[in-house]
Amino acid sequence: MNRREFLGTLAAAAACGAPLGAARAQVTQALYDLPKFGNVSLLHFTDCHAQLLPVHFREPSANIGVGEAAGRLPHLVGEHLLRSAGIAPGTAEAHAFTALDFAAAAKRYGRVGGFAHLATLVKRLRATRPGALLLDGGDTWQGSATSLWTRGQDMIDACQLLGVDLMTAHWEFTYGDKRVLEAVKSLGRTEFLAQNVKTADFGDPVFKPYVIREMNGVPVAVIGQAFPYTPIANPRYFVPEWTFGIQEAELQKIVEEVRAKGVRAVVLLSHNGMDVDVKLAGRVRGIDAILGGHTHDGVPVPVIVNNAGGRTVVTNAGSNGKFLGVLDLEVKTGGVVDFRYRLLPVFANLLPADAQMQALIERVRAPFKARLEEPLAVSEGLLYRRGNFNGTFDQLILDALMTEKGAEIGFSPGFRWGTTLLPGQTILREHLMDQTAITYPSVTLNELTGTEIKAILEDVCDNLFNPDPYLQQGGDMVRVGGMTYTCDPNAVIGKRISDLRLGGKALEADKRYKVVGWAPVAEGVRGEPAWDVVERYLKDRKTITPRALNVPKLIGMEKNQGLM
Amino acid sequence: MNHSRRKAIKTGGGVLAMLFAAGVIGPEMALAQGLGESAFSMKTLAEAMRAVGAQSPATSDAIVIKAPSIAENGAVVPVSIESRLPGTESITLLVEKNPTPLVASFGIPAGTEGNISTRVKMGQTSDVYALVKADGKFFMAKQEIKITLGGCGG
Repeated sequence: MNRREFLGTLAAAAACGAPLGAARAQVTQALYDLPKFGNVSLLHFTDCHAQLLPVHFREPSANIGVGEAAGRLPHLVGEHLLRSAGIAPGTAEAHAFTALDFAAAAKRYGRVGGFAHLATLVKRLRATRPGALLLDGGDTWQGSATSLWTRGQDMIDACQLLGVDLMTAHWEFTYGDKRVLEAVKSLGRTEFLAQNVKTADFGDPVFKPYVIREMNGVPVAVIGQAFPYTPIANPRYFVPEWTFGIQEAELQKIVEEVRAKGVRAVVLLSHNGMDVDVKLAGRVRGIDAILGGHTHDGVPVPVIVNNAGGRTVVTNAGSNGKFLGVLDLEVKTGGVVDFRYRLLPVFANLLPADAQMQALIERVRAPFKARLEEPLAVSEGLLYRRGNFNGTFDQLILDALMTEKGAEIGFSPGFRWGTTLLPGQTILREHLMDQTAITYPSVTLNELTGTEIKAILEDVCDNLFNPDPYLQQGGDMVRVGGMTYTCDPNAVIGKRISDLRLGGKALEADKRYKVVGWAPVAEGVRGEPAWDVVERYLKDRKTITPRALNVPKLIGMEKNQGLM
Repeated sequence: MNHSRRKAIKTGGGVLAMLFAAGVIGPEMALAQGLGESAFSMKTLAEAMRAVGAQSPATSDAIVIKAPSIAENGAVVPVSIESRLPGTESITLLVEKNPTPLVASFGIPAGTEGNISTRVKMGQTSDVYALVKADGKFFMAKQEIKITLGGCGG
């Protein structure tokens, strides 16, 4: 019986009335007692989006891959993903990695993540892996009320206590270049790495590109790769003097430079997104492993990519503090000879809270506690965000914006962060902030022509479904309220979006429609913050009925395994 | 960051400006090679190429374009072109979908490295062409640069 079958049997035993405490201890052991392997270990979390407390997070039921990415990791959801990774349905792991039977499974297995529980797991693994490095892939300082209100300081402090050794970034940049530079100076033991951020004038490096660390006598290089499209996907005015990009040629040079210095393993700590990492791994030689993030793909098994220099292990470690990746490398004189990788779900019920971290979290929350925990409404349905086209929480935001601003059409960005609330749960102010806590939250009301609306949908859709991963930005489709449309992900830009209708009537090319949106990337746009507008809507209603999800009609996706 | 280099270049800005004003470098270079001003007003890629004197140039791996795959700011897209072709005489940059595709043409005097860098304005996703004249013959390379509205990132 392998470990996964064993876990399945345990879950079944628990369901049949086996003593819960004993079963729980066994599950904890089976999940978290990883046999030590090799001589170099890297612990990796990414895209936690400032979630200090345990949460629910529903993985997508729509994560479509097109072109070469169709039908392969990370574009497998639900049972397709379980089959590919050899995870038994109906287990704790199946719940962690998929949206299957989400609300019921969430009640059974409880919340995931939380820095106090993550801290316990990190300590447990460090005990068996002396010298292991803890890597943070970025999107750490943004995503919650307290992170926004402290400009990331709560997370910086929590990561110091957690013992993060190295980090890279994306949403961190939305606090502005000055704040980032000031914060980077205060990071203590943590090195902030980004080989692909340069000054726009002369191309000088802004951050340290890599570090070389010795573990058990083995010199290892870790190179940082920040999100390449930060000034495009987020407002450029936050980082006006910096330029980003994938910078593949420069990366290749760095790999050669560190190899020449005698390192025996090279790791890329990446915020590229999984598809970009897979493409990059096929083109850049000499990287042993890419520990990836950005696209929030909780990928239980690594993808191995062959290239001219050998092979590269590519991983993606999910989001919202749900997972901790463990990469163990066996490194000999000639380099990496073997590896083991596990992506461990952080079940708050199975890992006791670390007392020190718990105390820090309470200290961070104390000044804001009443504001954070103010109830706004009760949700009758499941509220979640993640998915290619829409989520019920985004639908709620759209409904609120359109109602409050008197618009016939609503747009909401395809962010991939944002936690999940179970049916019957009270929506607290901090839950609303989990969906909206950004530094450019303005709500805008515009009059757009039918032609302009189609152009916007085409543009965003191409950022999601362009078959070339280097042209994908890693967000999901803009959420659309009020109007319906049809989407053909396999088509080319200009041809993907069709049959746009409002109230059943085709949109007219030259007619102007009132469109509400939020999170404008242009500078100088003023408007009420999204959280205020949605809060008003919630408080007026007190009870939120299950949302009718507006999703496009899809063409050519019948067999796509990125849909369930 | 290399502050001394930055300072030197800033100080040197005045000298560069004088060179521009004197017509030592800049668009005049293109005129000197026989490119009429009208070449810069051609409305299509084919017309602009013809005006430069290039008739269906062959694609060459010895021309390397360095440009972003997605522009961070369409108003100032950095593009560098390197020609490793022996006897490179000129490097010309064209943006197919711009209203007037011919953007810049640089004369490369003998014994000079064929390496230029400039910024172009682009309103929409387009192929960018690097046209190199070497030993009297034209060669080319192209790369698509995507212009996007932005927003909606992960």
